[in-house]
Amino acid sequence: MAHAHTLNSSKPLGHGSSVKRHTGLMDWITTVDHKKIAILYLWAGGLFFGIGGLEAILIRIQLIKPMNDFLDAQTFNELITMHGTTMIFLGVMPVIFALMNAVIPLQIGARDVAFPFLNALGFWTFLFGGILLNLSWIMGGAPDAGWTSYAPLSTSTYSTTHGVDFYTIGLQIAGLGTLIGGINFLATIITMRAPGMSFMRMPMFAWTTFITSAIILFAFPAITVGLVLLTFDRILGANFFEVGGGGSPVLWQHIFWIFGHPEVYILILPAFGIISEVIPTFSRKRLFGYSSMVFATILIAFLGFMVWAHHMFTTGLGPVANALFSVSTMLIAVPTGIKIFNWLFTMWGGQVRFTTPNLFAAGFIPTFTMGGVTGVMLASAPADFQFHDTYFVVAHFHYVIVGGLVLGLFAGLHYWWPKMFGRMLSESLGKWTFWTFILGFHMTFFVQHFLGLMGMQRRVFTYLPNQQFDLLNLVSTIGAFLMGVGMIIFLINIYLTSRRPADASNDPWEDGRTLEWTIPSPPPEYNFKQTPLVRGIDAFWKEKTAGHTAMTPAEPVGSIHMPSATAIPFVMSVGIFIAGLGFMFSRDEFGNAFMSFLFNNYIVTALGLLITFGAMLIRSLYDDHGWHIEPEELEGR
Amino acid sequence: MMKTWQAVKRLLPMMSVFALILAGCGREDLSVLRPQGPVAESSLGLIKLSITIMIVVLLIVFAIAAFVMIRFRRKPNQTEIPEQVEGSFKLEILWTVIPLILVVVLAIPTVKQVFAAGNDHSNDKNAVKVKVTGHQYWWEFEYGDYGVITAQDLVIPTGKDIAFELITKDVLHSFWVPSLSGKIDTNPAGTINRFSFSAPKEGVYRGKCAELCGPSHGFMEFKVKAVSNEEFEKWIESRKAPAVLPEDPALAKTFKDQCLQCHAVGDQGIANAPDLTGIGSREAIAGILINDDTREDGAPVEENLKTWLHDPQSVKPGNLMPNPKDLGLSDAEIDGIAEYLANYKLD
Amino acid sequence: MTTAHAEAANGTLPHEPERATAEGRNKVLAFWLFLGGEAVLFGTLFATFLALRNQTNDGPSANELFHLPLVAAATFILLVSSLTSVFAIQAMHRNNIAQLRNWLILTVLLGLGFLGLEIYEFSEYVRHEEFGMTTSAFSSAFYTLVGFHGAHVAFGIAWISLLIGQLSYKGLTVVTAPKIYVSAMYWHFIDVVWVFIFTVVYLLGKVG
Repeated sequence: MAHAHTLNSSKPLGHGSSVKRHTGLMDWITTVDHKKIAILYLWAGGLFFGIGGLEAILIRIQLIKPMNDFLDAQTFNELITMHGTTMIFLGVMPVIFALMNAVIPLQIGARDVAFPFLNALGFWTFLFGGILLNLSWIMGGAPDAGWTSYAPLSTSTYSTTHGVDFYTIGLQIAGLGTLIGGINFLATIITMRAPGMSFMRMPMFAWTTFITSAIILFAFPAITVGLVLLTFDRILGANFFEVGGGGSPVLWQHIFWIFGHPEVYILILPAFGIISEVIPTFSRKRLFGYSSMVFATILIAFLGFMVWAHHMFTTGLGPVANALFSVSTMLIAVPTGIKIFNWLFTMWGGQVRFTTPNLFAAGFIPTFTMGGVTGVMLASAPADFQFHDTYFVVAHFHYVIVGGLVLGLFAGLHYWWPKMFGRMLSESLGKWTFWTFILGFHMTFFVQHFLGLMGMQRRVFTYLPNQQFDLLNLVSTIGAFLMGVGMIIFLINIYLTSRRPADASNDPWEDGRTLEWTIPSPPPEYNFKQTPLVRGIDAFWKEKTAGHTAMTPAEPVGSIHMPSATAIPFVMSVGIFIAGLGFMFSRDEFGNAFMSFLFNNYIVTALGLLITFGAMLIRSLYDDHGWHIEPEELEGR
Repeated sequence: MMKTWQAVKRLLPMMSVFALILAGCGREDLSVLRPQGPVAESSLGLIKLSITIMIVVLLIVFAIAAFVMIRFRRKPNQTEIPEQVEGSFKLEILWTVIPLILVVVLAIPTVKQVFAAGNDHSNDKNAVKVKVTGHQYWWEFEYGDYGVITAQDLVIPTGKDIAFELITKDVLHSFWVPSLSGKIDTNPAGTINRFSFSAPKEGVYRGKCAELCGPSHGFMEFKVKAVSNEEFEKWIESRKAPAVLPEDPALAKTFKDQCLQCHAVGDQGIANAPDLTGIGSREAIAGILINDDTREDGAPVEENLKTWLHDPQSVKPGNLMPNPKDLGLSDAEIDGIAEYLANYKLD
Repeated sequence: MTTAHAEAANGTLPHEPERATAEGRNKVLAFWLFLGGEAVLFGTLFATFLALRNQTNDGPSANELFHLPLVAAATFILLVSSLTSVFAIQAMHRNNIAQLRNWLILTVLLGLGFLGLEIYEFSEYVRHEEFGMTTSAFSSAFYTLVGFHGAHVAFGIAWISLLIGQLSYKGLTVVTAPKIYVSAMYWHFIDVVWVFIFTVVYLLGKVG
């Protein structure tokens, strides 16, 4: 593998000609630089996360007291559907992709990802898919069948607005972007590692990114098919889930959860990776049990594909299926437990420094463990008959996704912020963020375990008084506001930090262990002037302990080949967006004959596809030779 | 071995305190934690076992976490490099094997109980067979052996196994009586579910729909009324009696021409909407307006019927009942029908 | 002129030009990964079809519908096109552009023949058997699975045609070679999928 990285230097493909540089908005639209795409992912993901958060606050206000009429039932169902869908697909996944993009090429000593063009394409399709989904709010109503969109409630018989169409088509487009990103990171990690970086010398975050990408590759096509089938049912009148035509609603549940459960691990594994970076750095100790961490990650991914039916214990699959899926689900506790103890023993004997990232990591361990143990409880099918679809489940998955993933993302964002933006976030505001957020989190969700056990089912727009639900719901809502305060402090921190000079050093936390801390913050667009030679796990730390201040280069300073900026990914995504909208409205009656003509004859759809395939054609016809940064230029900076 | 026992002994008081806390949670007729029947009790048994194991796990993790985070804080002027430990084979085996054992401890009773819960009483001669049909947003109960259909109040004899067969007429619902049993989905024809539970004690238990089924999902409640065997037989008999119609012939005509186009009373009308026979003696109107004027959240049945009939959408948004006013009924007629229905009681 | 172009002109193109550059190797690797995802996509469609294939809802059943001779002919054509695609890659490895082009053209023609038969088959079903997308769960699953495959064939035809054009004015270079190579991978993949469709949809439909 070591020869693979030679790509950009020893065998240049492109012209040494000058390059057309874009500025301002055009720079962002045309960029193929993984560091800029990371920032795009972060802002877009942050925006959707904010929308999802506002939806959560509205949900909690509605539930603050029994028989509340703050929201009507239909709006409430739209809000819970959009909250779940937005947070999972458009909120946390892009922030994960932001960190992957910002960090992975740097951690493996690469100058970019394997496919910079696809990287941009993945981002823009995700963004336009997300925009399409959220347009539903202003175009006739949001989807209202829950983020799981179980048929028959999601079929056109029972969900008569275009809401669910926005869900199916928006997620197909966004999912395409995720799939492209997954393939890109797999290829990047397989072929672009610096010389000397064997798989077993890769940082843990690179490992979890690798495994997550593999899960994406094998899980996302399943949901794409499910969404296509539902679209065909709703728009073309197919019968996949229509009981009257011989369809099977249970089939949808299988397809959804064959994707849906691996999706949970797509979300949590990157957080495991982040925690595995942050804790060693701030304990000044290498990760305890690295090999078993790698093994546990692979095992979790593997088991993740064979537990989906634990979401369907009450569907009535029969005792054999329920028993098998109970046991397979419980088994996931074992590799997860290995990880928890490895983190704890990484700190054991170390010198633990509670910076903001490490506070979040330290908060992550007990919080995530709580979510994990309720997961094992849910795995027991006869007990799950009681837990299923109650607030106990709501509490469980928020402990895993917010208490696990979001705390992990906060740790990662505070940790790598200086590397991404060249500025340290304020430590004191960061600590305020941590304490308000984690206190609010536990207030919101701890009590929900009990609400579920006391008989409160999930997805209810309100509840009758006198069921002993009132106090706990009030506590939960107050907690949600506290989490909101934490988020606002984080935003203030970002704003104030952005006004300060960019003065972060290469290794601002002083104890950086991996390659990203060997180069300037933020890195130059070519990342590494000379590809580093990796001599062990925690490559930078190894050099530090040997008394070196920099990495040993694996190549002389030479001309660096860079990919050209291009707007084609953006144009392709616009095309898909138009095609999706056109298809969605292809059966609608418009008041206007011209509009009806355009939509009902699939002209809008065809136009959109023409844009996309036309852009692809142009991409294929005109070779991108890229451009070069010459050694003089490198030295001049 | 001795050490393990001592540890368990020390944990016992904690467990009992814990069980006490849990038992205080929630209403007796609603809470998973206060089971009123054998099926819910066995579920709670598993829940308690798993909670206990998990609390032990949590305590260990919390204790180690607290210890390392306090003990191994970086001191000011600490500059030497800590020892870079690669791992420990023994420790790693330890925390692979112990969770594995805990999983086995939980898996064995789980599997046993999964197969026990699969016990099907649909061919049991002593069991009362009830076909449950979910509708947006109400429940229909059909006692096939007795030729009786009712809605919203499931009347069952105490001590007997009730064998359910569950189906939905529209979207998925889930049939859940927390204090008596876990839930099971109502699927469309082709994937019909069966299960059973029993209620040893007389009483009224709250049931809920646990699968998102539309705007009024949260209001799709029902009651399980467990009565003695004699009372149950009596209820069946009175339920079979000929229909009682409003005394006023004009009102009776309106009732027949309008309401009985979808509803049924006794042997009259169609069973597309909830059966109204003896609705005056039900626990609630529309599943959520509680007929009990002694309670602060309840009201007299006639008042509840009026609330419902004057504007069904405001009580249960998205339900399929047309507003009687849109059917041409005057306020007086609506009140008349409410009064008639309120007084239509079964023994 | 790029160095790659110069190499082709000098006849110094390596034996496996698709793997000559890191970009080329990356492309081949990523395409294998992509095909892994495609396999899941078709796997899900097959699972759906198997779950619903007896749900004919008073419409025609598989046994009444399918004419094996027509499908067998289509299968034969597609299998031969896979073979011509192999010959094309062999010609590419011999650096023989004329043969490469001819084999690719033959592949496209066979693909068109297959697609023509499929379109004929579908239109027969719709016009004479009253078997459309909305007839039954079986019909929906049939058209979606077989139609997805047909769309893949159509895309492949367009793609390989485009590459034939590029071959003419760009020549065989380290840039065009990986494109031709991955298009051949794609073509074999949809061929394999068709073998499964032939077995699971048509043969099983006739037997079951």
